[in-house]
Amino acid sequence: MGAPVDRIKFPTQDTQSMKKNVIIIGAGHAGIQAAASLREEGFGGSICIFSEDADFPYQKPPLSKGYLDGSQQKPSLMFRSEAWYEKNQVELRLGEVVHSVDTENQTLEADSGNYVFDTLIFATGAYNRTLPIPVTGQDEPLYLRSMKDADKLKQALDQAAVQDVLVIGGGFIGLEIAAYASKSGKQVTVVEYQPRLMQRVLPPLLSEHFAAKHQEYGVKLLTGTGVQSLHQEERWTATLSNGDTLEADKIVVGIGVLPGQALAQKAGIRCSNGIEVNEFCETSVKNIYAIGDCALHPNPFAKGQMVRLESVQNAVDQAKVIAASICGKPTAYHQVPWFWTHQYNLKLQMAGLSEGYDELIVRGDVAGEKFSVFYFHEHQLIAVDSINKPADHLQARKWIQAAHSPDRVKLADDTIKLREC
Amino acid sequence: MPQITYIDSDGNKHEVELPLGATIMEGAVQNDIKGIIAECGGSCMCATCHCYISDEFLDKLPEMEEEEDEMLEGAVAPRTERSRLGCQVRINAALDGLIVEIPQEQ
Repeated sequence: MGAPVDRIKFPTQDTQSMKKNVIIIGAGHAGIQAAASLREEGFGGSICIFSEDADFPYQKPPLSKGYLDGSQQKPSLMFRSEAWYEKNQVELRLGEVVHSVDTENQTLEADSGNYVFDTLIFATGAYNRTLPIPVTGQDEPLYLRSMKDADKLKQALDQAAVQDVLVIGGGFIGLEIAAYASKSGKQVTVVEYQPRLMQRVLPPLLSEHFAAKHQEYGVKLLTGTGVQSLHQEERWTATLSNGDTLEADKIVVGIGVLPGQALAQKAGIRCSNGIEVNEFCETSVKNIYAIGDCALHPNPFAKGQMVRLESVQNAVDQAKVIAASICGKPTAYHQVPWFWTHQYNLKLQMAGLSEGYDELIVRGDVAGEKFSVFYFHEHQLIAVDSINKPADHLQARKWIQAAHSPDRVKLADDTIKLREC
Repeated sequence: MPQITYIDSDGNKHEVELPLGATIMEGAVQNDIKGIIAECGGSCMCATCHCYISDEFLDKLPEMEEEEDEMLEGAVAPRTERSRLGCQVRINAALDGLIVEIPQEQ
């Protein structure tokens, strides 16, 4: 028996565990939940999270709501404590950029060097769409994505000398910021290119409800209006598509986001409006997944169409799907989408995707600002938007998840309890 | 700092100290207590931080808003008179010694 043992290269326990080396890119809801769910599933390999954002991983939704108005402080935005990452052996590489991914050799190149992975998870989120118009001046318009952006925005809006604020974009983010600014006594104008607010996701009834609320607080709404250029001297001057000009001390822009797919695209992973994945969140390349805002996925609640959802729910539930998959228990993504926005006293909770509805039923007290809108497609309940009606929202999620449709006649009758419909 | 005892969804006890002003939900998340999901991050939007409060503290809690009341109706685990949403209860000095039980399902 002459041959030294080390000349015979059998797979060893070590290479087995190397197979379980997971790298996650992105430390938002999707990335952090993926790490947490992997550990909950009993995953014993290494987990490393790369995040371009240098701040300790935090939740983004409150940045335009509670964090801006001061009701939620920094510590309450943190997903987990430092002790949690240590105890669960989740390595954080914060403020570090991943420059390229080699899908064949399963390696990536980051600021600090090259890393090998057995499984790679893109949880790269989305980034702000920027104004496609000429902008001249000393300052930049304000955008909101990160905690740093939020700090900068709050600092800008909280200055007493700032009187006039122009918000470009009448979607969730723009309107949440407009609500904060107007409540803090600023004269706010919102310019929205579409004919009505939040048009992409809400029916006219709800757009109008929110518009009336903003107007009640003194916000000037210019819908169906674009901005053609911005120029800053002492103050900003915006030239609008109708030829008018507007002056403002601060400009805030919330005109939507684009998926964080550049790195994946460069690596040859199939992308279009997002990183394309199947129902298991697997990309076109083996051992590589994409979850959350960046993932273009087939959604059963959109009739199986490929969609990209920007929401906590989608990020968290897709993270759970891949964690189960990586741990050998593949389950298809099948969770009802839900979203929320909070403006003034209006808490809007949305369950399901209402696009393509052919009938809607309003239930509750519209004038009293406690009601829900139920959307049907061919008699099937597809979505429910609730204003200050959290119980309706939770019931709706259960129904849509179970593909149950309530009785439409009963539903229209407020005297019948919702769960009996 | 007030001391809080969590009984997690597996029945394990965890004694932790929480800073004044933190919510029961934040305390659970920061201390890795199993069973609190808190999907919405404390916005009273999801009812996944449902917990049961020990009897002797029930009258020392901040009063429940209508919104929380409604959310609890939709919680997955059964609602009892001890039910609260962890995100809506802030820790104050009077809550020292509080015992918080986490249901098995959220």
